[in-house]
Amino acid sequence: MKHKAYIRYQISFLLLMILLAVLFFWNINSGSIHLSLSEVYNIIVHRTGGETAYNIIWEIRLPRILAAIILGGALSVSGFLLQTFFNNPIAGPFVLGISSGAKLVVSLVMIYLLGKGLVAGSQVLILAAFAGSMISMGFILLISRKVKSMSMLVIGGVMIGYICSAITDFVVTFADDSNIVNLHDWSMGSFSGMSWENISVMAGAVFTALAITFLMSKPIGAYQLGEVYARNMGVNIRVFRVQLILLSSILSACVTAFAGPISFVGIAVPHLIKSLLKTAKPILVIPACFLGGAVFCLFCDMIARTVFAPTELSISSVTAVFGAPVVIYALFTKNARRANIG
Amino acid sequence: MDDFYIYTDHMSVGYNGRPLIRDIEIKVRRGEILTLIGPNGAGKSTILKSMTRQLALLGGTVYLEQKNMQGMSDKELSRRLSVVMTERIQPELMTCEDVVAAGRYPYTGRLGILSDNDRKVVRESMELVHALDLRDCDFTQISDGQRQRILLAKAICQEPEIIILDEPTSFLDIRHKLELLAILKKLVCKKQIAVIMSLHELDLAQKVSDMVICVHGDKIDKYGTPEEIFTDSYIRTLYGLTSGSYNADFGCLEMERPHGKPEIFVIGGNGSGIAQYRRLARSGIPFAAGILHKNDIDYKVAKALAEEVIAEEPFELIRDQTYQSALVVMKSCHQVLCCLQEFGTLNQKNRELLEAAERAELKAETL
Repeated sequence: MKHKAYIRYQISFLLLMILLAVLFFWNINSGSIHLSLSEVYNIIVHRTGGETAYNIIWEIRLPRILAAIILGGALSVSGFLLQTFFNNPIAGPFVLGISSGAKLVVSLVMIYLLGKGLVAGSQVLILAAFAGSMISMGFILLISRKVKSMSMLVIGGVMIGYICSAITDFVVTFADDSNIVNLHDWSMGSFSGMSWENISVMAGAVFTALAITFLMSKPIGAYQLGEVYARNMGVNIRVFRVQLILLSSILSACVTAFAGPISFVGIAVPHLIKSLLKTAKPILVIPACFLGGAVFCLFCDMIARTVFAPTELSISSVTAVFGAPVVIYALFTKNARRANIG
Repeated sequence: MDDFYIYTDHMSVGYNGRPLIRDIEIKVRRGEILTLIGPNGAGKSTILKSMTRQLALLGGTVYLEQKNMQGMSDKELSRRLSVVMTERIQPELMTCEDVVAAGRYPYTGRLGILSDNDRKVVRESMELVHALDLRDCDFTQISDGQRQRILLAKAICQEPEIIILDEPTSFLDIRHKLELLAILKKLVCKKQIAVIMSLHELDLAQKVSDMVICVHGDKIDKYGTPEEIFTDSYIRTLYGLTSGSYNADFGCLEMERPHGKPEIFVIGGNGSGIAQYRRLARSGIPFAAGILHKNDIDYKVAKALAEEVIAEEPFELIRDQTYQSALVVMKSCHQVLCCLQEFGTLNQKNRELLEAAERAELKAETL
């Protein structure tokens, strides 16, 4: 039996990597200008080729693909952490209003800085998003102390999300005309318009948080058995809970800071990954969630920019189309049914 | 105090800074089982949670091998003490083996990867609770009895010196109750582990415990051996029994007796009457029982259920005086039920009683 499980893990990881590679090339090749594989290879590896093609690959497509990979992965790991923390299979940064909180603070900061004629840098965006995430998280924690029912918690989160979105819309409406276009695109969610500076900052933040998360696999695994047993096994629950909240907030804040709020990835991907691996062991699920989130977002981003080209869809509409059915399915499966019991 | 593995010194426990029970003294040696009994809400769980550091102590000290438990690191404590609590856990996609292996947490490295020795301990723990065949089953899919065994295996797998269990037998059927306690008893002897647990099953507590603590409201009411604790009157006071009664020798409960003038006279003895006493009590018919020796097994049940019991001193022939009072009571009833098929030397008077009933044209029936 053990042997069988290991084979399953190996095949799953291999599958995710192959999908990632395939989608990577597919993405880099799709768009208004079509390039052959050898051209792409030359441009990326040898840095040669026509100037237009070179610029499209290096300045537009590559940053966008990398952003989708890094942020998609971050989002689904953040979802996994929240699900573990709240012991709730339908928890995620978007559903709990954490993304919307980040969106609100980021728009306020953006408008304030734009009003002064400044453009917000990557670090400022992340900090603003992190502050917003923590505010929403604070409310969610207050709610979770009062209500024990998992569905009530999610409803509370959705309400917080609506309130934040409403305030954001309000603020955006009264912002200067020139600011709105930029802000509007971002607040709908998109991986476009990433600079290399953005990429390096987000990679630094996300990969640091991911490395720490991975090193916390052991206490996360113990926590899956519930607080009482985790404490008995020697986990310092108070410290652990703070760490988990900070990590999941940093991860989802990075996403919101650069790509705006993206729905459903945080719930759908961990669920798909757990079904694929047939285990919830964090040491396997965390890296697999990162790969899965990257694959999912690359796939959705490709659809967002190609299906109605040259018009682009917002990434959230696409992730919702593919993610929401998974979430509904998750609600009806045995493991999720207990969400309604407690 | 040297030979006690765990002992508490003036421990006070409670919630939100408000002490519920004060000055608790609990002492357990290795290889001993200490059981907490007491009514619902008396604070058994609060004591256990405080002793496992799930709740902060509100006063006093808990010592493990003369070392103050409050000063121990989480890791040190987790290698000494493991728990089986009442909280229902529903871990997602975990096999029973995964759950048991979680007990190795204090011994594994940074990433929690199991060594060969860890795997061996997991296997042995599962064998000890007879659950090796469940290793690949999903933990959320197994029965309550199996679940408690797996959680006990997890606790064993932690290689503790003391295990604390909160109502480990609740929700289990009789077979699984016995099985779990038998495993626990064996474990205690074999590994010289100290055990503290709470139980609602008084009959089992009486048989499995080395020492018993009675928790009642705001204090420890009594602390002693099962022989000292389990008496009819004490248990009645501890639990505040108002209807029905508890028989400590049999460890069984009897329903409330029907009150009123006895309608039926039951002649019993040697265990023959018990079923009839219970049947009449169930139907709400007041009855009298006789003539029973006070050392007869029927006597205790009749005492609990019959409106009137005519009894003789142990090992004595039934005296005429006793017979006469039985005759008076019998004649006031309109029916006689004889549960005896045969009569011996000591209870010849019961035969005479039955004959007298027939002569008096009472409706007499022999079962």
